[in-house]
Amino acid sequence: MSLQVELEQQRNVLIVRLRGELDHHTADIVRFKMEDAILRGRCDHVVLSLRDLQFMDSSGLGVVLGRYKLVKGRGGRMVVCDAHDNVKRLFELSGLFKILSFYDNERSALAGLEVVS
Amino acid sequence: MSIDNHMKLSFAARSENEAFARVAVAAFVSQLDPTLEQINDIKTVVSEAVTNSIIHGYDNDPSGIVHLEVEIAGDTISILIRDEGRGIEDLDIARQPLFTSRPELERSGMGFTIMENFMDEFEATSAPRQGTSLRMKKRIESKKSIVQLIPRQGLGAWISNGSDLRRRVILKMRRSKGSSR
Repeated sequence: MSLQVELEQQRNVLIVRLRGELDHHTADIVRFKMEDAILRGRCDHVVLSLRDLQFMDSSGLGVVLGRYKLVKGRGGRMVVCDAHDNVKRLFELSGLFKILSFYDNERSALAGLEVVS
Repeated sequence: MSIDNHMKLSFAARSENEAFARVAVAAFVSQLDPTLEQINDIKTVVSEAVTNSIIHGYDNDPSGIVHLEVEIAGDTISILIRDEGRGIEDLDIARQPLFTSRPELERSGMGFTIMENFMDEFEATSAPRQGTSLRMKKRIESKKSIVQLIPRQGLGAWISNGSDLRRRVILKMRRSKGSSR
C-alpha cells in the first residue's frame, strides 16, 4: 500500500494529485513534497485533487491542516476537489469542511481560485 | 444462519503495518458481505487505533507489539486493538475532539472522535505504563442479513426497519456535525 504524489504548477497555483492511501505512514511524503513545491515554486494557491485517493484517516487530516496553515500564512488559498465520499466525511467530522472550499473537479477548483488570485 | 469466526494478529509497531492491519481486517470481515461504506469505516477505525498504538503507545519504537483480534458473532463484528505501551494518563481528555498530546507531529486529534462515530460501540481502557486496549463493535446490516429479514418479518417490517435505520444515520450525522463546532 503506498501513495503517489503528482505535482503540477499552473501559474501561481500548485495542483497536488494524491493517488493511493494517505495515513500516518505516507503522510511525510505529502508533507515534504508539498512544502518543497510551495516554497520553491512560489505558489500562492493550492488545489488538492483527490480523485484517486482511495483511503485517508486522521493522519491525513493533520497533513492537510498543516499545509492549509502554511498556504494561508502566505496569503494564499487551498481548495479541495474530486474527493470520495469517505474522504469528505472525515473533512466534515473534523470541521475542515468549513474552512476549505470543495469543488467537483480541477477545472472548477481552478476557476474558483481565479476569482481571488 | 449466523457466522461465528475469529482471528488474531500480532505485529511490530511499524507504520508500514497500519495498511497491513486495516487491509487484513477488511478481508476478514468481507465474509459478512458489508457495503463499501462499512468496509471503509472499519478500515479507518483500525488505522486510527493501530496508529495510536504506534505513535502514542510505543513512541514509534518498532520493538513494540500491537495486538489485533476480530470476532464475528452473527451480524456483529468486535475488534480489539491492544498495546503494552505507555498508556493514556487521562482518557476523558484524550477523547475530546481535536485534542492531541503530540501537536508537534501534526496530529489532528480526531482519532477517538472518528472511532466513536464510525462504530456502534466503543470502549477504551488504559493506565499509565500498562498499555491501552480499545474495544469496538459494529453491526453489519449487509445485503445477506437484509435478505434474511424479508421472509421472516415480511416486507413491510423490513421497509419500516429500513426507514428507522435511515433516521438513525441522519441523527448520527447531525450529532457529529454538532460536535465539530
